[in-house]
Amino acid sequence: MKRHPGLWIGGALVLLLLAAAGLSYVWTPWPPFEMSMAQRLQPPSWSHWLGTDAYGRDVASQLLLGARASIAVGVVAVAIGMLAGSALGLLAAARRGWVEDLLMRLTDLGLAFPAILTAIVLAAVYGPGIGNAMLAIGLYNVPSFARLARGAANAVWSRDFVRAARATGRGTWAISWWHVLPNVLPLLVVQATVRFGIAILAEAALSYLGLGTQPPQPSWGRLLSEAQTLMAQAPWLAVFPGCAIALAVLGVNLLGDGLRDWLDPRRDRSPSA
Amino acid sequence: MTGFFLKRLLGLLATLAAMSALVFWALDILPGNAAEMALGADASPEAVRALALQLGLDQPAWSRYLHWLQALLQGDLGTSASYGVPVAELITERLQLTLPLALAAMLLTCVLALLVGVTAAARHRSATDTALMAAAQLGVAVPNFWFAILLVLLFAVKLHWFSAGGFDGWGEGIGQGLKALVLPAIALAAVQAAILARITRAAVLETLREDYVRTARAKGLSETAILCKHVLRNAAIPVLTVMGLQFAELLAGTIVVENVFNLPGLGRLVFQAIGNRDLPVVRGCVMLFAVMVVAVNFGVDVLYAAIDPRLRRRA
Repeated sequence: MKRHPGLWIGGALVLLLLAAAGLSYVWTPWPPFEMSMAQRLQPPSWSHWLGTDAYGRDVASQLLLGARASIAVGVVAVAIGMLAGSALGLLAAARRGWVEDLLMRLTDLGLAFPAILTAIVLAAVYGPGIGNAMLAIGLYNVPSFARLARGAANAVWSRDFVRAARATGRGTWAISWWHVLPNVLPLLVVQATVRFGIAILAEAALSYLGLGTQPPQPSWGRLLSEAQTLMAQAPWLAVFPGCAIALAVLGVNLLGDGLRDWLDPRRDRSPSA
Repeated sequence: MTGFFLKRLLGLLATLAAMSALVFWALDILPGNAAEMALGADASPEAVRALALQLGLDQPAWSRYLHWLQALLQGDLGTSASYGVPVAELITERLQLTLPLALAAMLLTCVLALLVGVTAAARHRSATDTALMAAAQLGVAVPNFWFAILLVLLFAVKLHWFSAGGFDGWGEGIGQGLKALVLPAIALAAVQAAILARITRAAVLETLREDYVRTARAKGLSETAILCKHVLRNAAIPVLTVMGLQFAELLAGTIVVENVFNLPGLGRLVFQAIGNRDLPVVRGCVMLFAVMVVAVNFGVDVLYAAIDPRLRRRA
């Protein structure tokens, strides 16, 4: 606890995020979609903890529901990036030569396309939607996992136990799967937490632009875009969804940093990318 | 150095060629529907067919790509379906906002990040270090568009120091134009500066442990001289790498932040083009964004070699 305060704070915040999403399935302070003109634009009070929006809907209830969208997009986008990226990275390390060169050139190319740019292309072709947002953020995650997996896998390939496995006649794929992957997995898991935070931010930005979660499904980003038009009358609408995003991302990042220090205590406990 | 540069230049050209094909292909997946998309769902089949012919959609994809590329190289990006003017003209006009905004934000990012990162590293494990890094940790977690909204809330709605958005062009004088870009640039820079500050601190700490730093200390050099002469130059490589990647994020960020502040820049143009189903504009803008990112990373690569002569030989 004393040695890794970030790990514990981060873990608690992530649990809180998961609990909020889980809770929204069984209980919310108010029915989240219930409109009431008499109750519109109420500031925070005992009955509406975080106030109400332009249609009299309870903000706290909508925030709880919004956690679902963030988690769903984060999980799918990280899964796409981790599976495809790790596979490409392991392949590059296993084959070396022109395969490695080509794959690494491709990841360089991928880095030139931020998630929003890919989402814009997808939205232009297929129309906006949460599926396209997940895919865009997932594709954006692929190069980072590919580079990390390749770098770490290359280091493992030069180790003695891999040479020993080689000498016993195990094939390239068997070594990649049984020896290389287990050794790079911890790094990939840490990277997954980091990219999960980035995915939450990207989902919020896309939903804010109307390219992500679609109405009536609440999402933190979309709540902020609705709040912006009412900023002078109801500033609280613009504050709470942003706090929710920042706390969720902060929790995930602290957890990721903490996990990295815990897995690799030799490193100085200074933050980096 | 020349060989290194030429090799990198060839790589850049190959990347640009692959990228143009990717962008063209990604927006060409529905070839039969490009005309339908431009005209909307209730267009008559005759009108769709006529436009398809006019757009050359009866040609095979590779031939259309080559035509598009040929025109692109001559600066012709086609004609906007919704504005009815050449896309190149639209983009040039909008760049007058986006480019200064991105550059101002990048400059602000570098200054803030170097200041915070080097200060934190120089006072490693002090209260200043802890406070600065806590602030950076928080900054990394804050969405740029929310920070932008908060800035508007404070400086436009409450204090009335700045306008909440909009941009009247550079005609009113550079001061007026810049004033409109202050809040957007801060919103863009704050988050990126937080990321870069963490990298800078880590890189400086790493370098401070090197033997040559101990040597410099032993020969009686002041801490400031060590930082400026020995540490910063050696810590620059990881910092530059991240800066190059951050430029991509910054450009992507302009799309969101221009929407918060209602600024008529490239980001707003491409965003509205989706709503208008204006494929030539989307294609032109996406291509330009990607080219800028690749060009900046190329610049970073060349800069590495200038900073670190060892990299020239390795390449």
